[in-house]
Amino acid sequence: MTMTWLKTTTAALALTTALAVLPAKAADVPVQGGTIIVTYKDDMATLDPAIGYDWQNWSMINGLFSRLVDYKFGTTEIVPSLAESFTISPDGLVYTFKLNPKAKFTNGRKVVAADIKYSIERAVNPKTQGPGGGFYHSIVGADKMTDGSATTISGIETPDDATVKFTLAQADATFLNVLALNFSSAVPKEVVEQDGADFGKKPVGSGAFLLKEWVSGQRLVFARNTDYFRERPNLDGFTVEIGQEPLVAILRLQKGEVDIAGDGIPPAKYLEMKKSPDAADMIVDRAQFETSYITINTTKKPFDDVRVRQALNMAINKDRIIRIINGRATPASQVLPPLMPGYDESYKGYPFDIVKAKQLLAEAGLKDGFSTELWAMNTDPNPRIAQAIQQDLAAIGIKAEIKALAQPQVIAAGGNKDQSALTWSGGMGWIADFPDPSDFYGPILGCGGAVTGGWNWSWYCDKTFEDRATKADAMSDPKQRDERSKVWAQIFTDIQTQAAPWVPVFNERRVVAKSKRMGGPDEIYIDPTRVIDYEAIYAKN
Amino acid sequence: MALLLAQRMMQAVAILFGVALVTFLLLHFLPADPAALIAGRSASAQMIANVRHQLGLDLPIVQQFWHYLKGLLRGDLGRSYIQRSEVAALIASRIPATLVLMVTGILVEVSLGLLFGTLAALKRNGIADRLVMTLAFVGVSSPQFVVALLLLYVFAATLGWFPMSGYGTPAHVVLPALTLGLLGAGWYARMVRSAMIDVLNQDYVRTARAKGLSQSRVILRHALPNALLPVVAMIGIDVGQFMGGVVVVEAVYGWPGIGQLAWQAVQQVDVPIIMGVTLVSSLAIVIGNLLADSLAPVLDPRIRGR
Repeated sequence: MTMTWLKTTTAALALTTALAVLPAKAADVPVQGGTIIVTYKDDMATLDPAIGYDWQNWSMINGLFSRLVDYKFGTTEIVPSLAESFTISPDGLVYTFKLNPKAKFTNGRKVVAADIKYSIERAVNPKTQGPGGGFYHSIVGADKMTDGSATTISGIETPDDATVKFTLAQADATFLNVLALNFSSAVPKEVVEQDGADFGKKPVGSGAFLLKEWVSGQRLVFARNTDYFRERPNLDGFTVEIGQEPLVAILRLQKGEVDIAGDGIPPAKYLEMKKSPDAADMIVDRAQFETSYITINTTKKPFDDVRVRQALNMAINKDRIIRIINGRATPASQVLPPLMPGYDESYKGYPFDIVKAKQLLAEAGLKDGFSTELWAMNTDPNPRIAQAIQQDLAAIGIKAEIKALAQPQVIAAGGNKDQSALTWSGGMGWIADFPDPSDFYGPILGCGGAVTGGWNWSWYCDKTFEDRATKADAMSDPKQRDERSKVWAQIFTDIQTQAAPWVPVFNERRVVAKSKRMGGPDEIYIDPTRVIDYEAIYAKN
Repeated sequence: MALLLAQRMMQAVAILFGVALVTFLLLHFLPADPAALIAGRSASAQMIANVRHQLGLDLPIVQQFWHYLKGLLRGDLGRSYIQRSEVAALIASRIPATLVLMVTGILVEVSLGLLFGTLAALKRNGIADRLVMTLAFVGVSSPQFVVALLLLYVFAATLGWFPMSGYGTPAHVVLPALTLGLLGAGWYARMVRSAMIDVLNQDYVRTARAKGLSQSRVILRHALPNALLPVVAMIGIDVGQFMGGVVVVEAVYGWPGIGQLAWQAVQQVDVPIIMGVTLVSSLAIVIGNLLADSLAPVLDPRIRGR
């Protein structure tokens, strides 16, 4: 699950630009009504918001359920949703929400404060076996629920049916982002308890759509929720057809049988479509919050020497690697992608310099080079990229044996301190869960992620940076936003300059193919936080 | 006959136990941790350990296998790690689609194989024979993926005669069945040809001809039934193979069968589904062979006597 989410692409461009001010094409105004067909290769895993965590089900879960707060369409700006309003105490420790009285589940019951408490506790409860529990650690008492010593979270209170109050153990600038995650969606306790593990197949929420039909391996049919408390959605419904080979999906799209090819355009078809004038308004191609990188296991010899890691950074020809993926990316100089707050435009990273790289290796006593292993996913184009990396390393005397395996095996090797020395993250590159730099630190560069099965595959853990990161996260006052971004920028550039635990290689763009009858700006097809925004897209006829 | 069947049943149980054991061991030693995948990327070591415990993955392997076997006896194949649904129900929901593909695919390959195999045998060493054998060779050595995409491109995307993808109407089954049939027909044609040549040289065929029977009667009444023996055995094997899922064909045509389910499970290391599909397809292979073995004596009196 997680891995598929990683593979993806929660995309973004306009970080702060509201959709309302985007230039709309003359005839392209939102239309109410109509249904569309979306295709995917893989069957849907689950539509349970406490469990679903891949790029495919993320947008559908988002449309089926609603949360206290949400993002303004196509942007990263947080707005009230299930909550009509909210207040934050001056010390940033208490968040109080007032619920929207119009909000109802699709079984007809009103959404009350107890539902919010139940839903978040369910996401944290280890019995749920959901991947979202770790996000709620800043709420008082959440850790006790995680370790099984408590059955409720003391920091969530419901003084009355319309009020939910969260008390945090420490100020957390990302708390509203966490409440906007799908894991925080309101679910009705009585239905969850009745359906048990099958809730993910028969979801009941309070979102823009409801699930009408799910035929395993064939299709899911979504219909507009006529009781929805907001004005949206535009569509009367959409059908997701499953098991469609991406190449077939594109052929069907070109014939007008399909409206959105969810898996994008396969490499074999990409250039042909890109060059065709007919396809110009069928391709949405946008940058996203993603970085693809090589992790260097800092606990393994000789990579425990920073000079060796710096040499690796100088040896990789990023431009050549980008040519392998038809130019669908830009070279990365740092851990954060360019769209993320905290990205430092002035930081240029390590230059491509083989002479200097060799010199650094010689200084580290490795003049004659050494042998190592490079792990990579075995699906195209990753083995070809791994070969390019292998050649680059050979040029400075490092012999890397490629271990190309299925994604879960590569993830397991990265999460095992003694196993993987170098890992190419391609196909699993880090995509932010929410638009904040802390999500690019904690799990993949912080000490918390450097555990067996964790995602910090560099096994880099430095207490000084850990303290700086904690302080940055505590800057929760919105007035400190710019200052906080600067603090984060310095943390990431310092890590890269002083420790170089990664070789950031490129920032990949996401591509979605849509039919000509689909309307609306690109931002809702490659949404910064939802992947595809089913609530906002529409068909022109 | 009854003894033979009883023997075969015992063998089947032993085979299934062996398959379960080997698959379980193989998947157990796979270097991938389902607990870490389920717990998500923001999980602490404690959370990963919790999930591992709940799935019973921290138990000794013998105990894990014992629990699995006990479940099997109750017909319980466990729950999918990813979809969280019952594996038995998931597989059951995919069986009808696979059965449709299996039956139509076998029909196409057997009828084409019989037709062209017989033709080749009758025109032995002639142009027709060479042409059929060349086509059969091309058929058996063509990658499924290429044939599937080619048929799809020509008959669905360009000519628009058939739907490109999906399941539900007779039109949907034509291209997938044809893909399987064209590839399988090659094997059948070669086999029927050699069996036919063998039969046509037998004394009873010569006698039949000497009695003045027409060519078509000799072929249909006397030669073909006897040349069918190896074909029946081959169908038995095909039943098993097709039930195991025709992964590529199902993937290209978006066919919601067992192969598609298995392929996805392998990518996600969804162990309970991989185990379930392996067992079900092994069972199908065993049943297919059992059927072929039981049919052989019906077709061939010589075997009946043994």
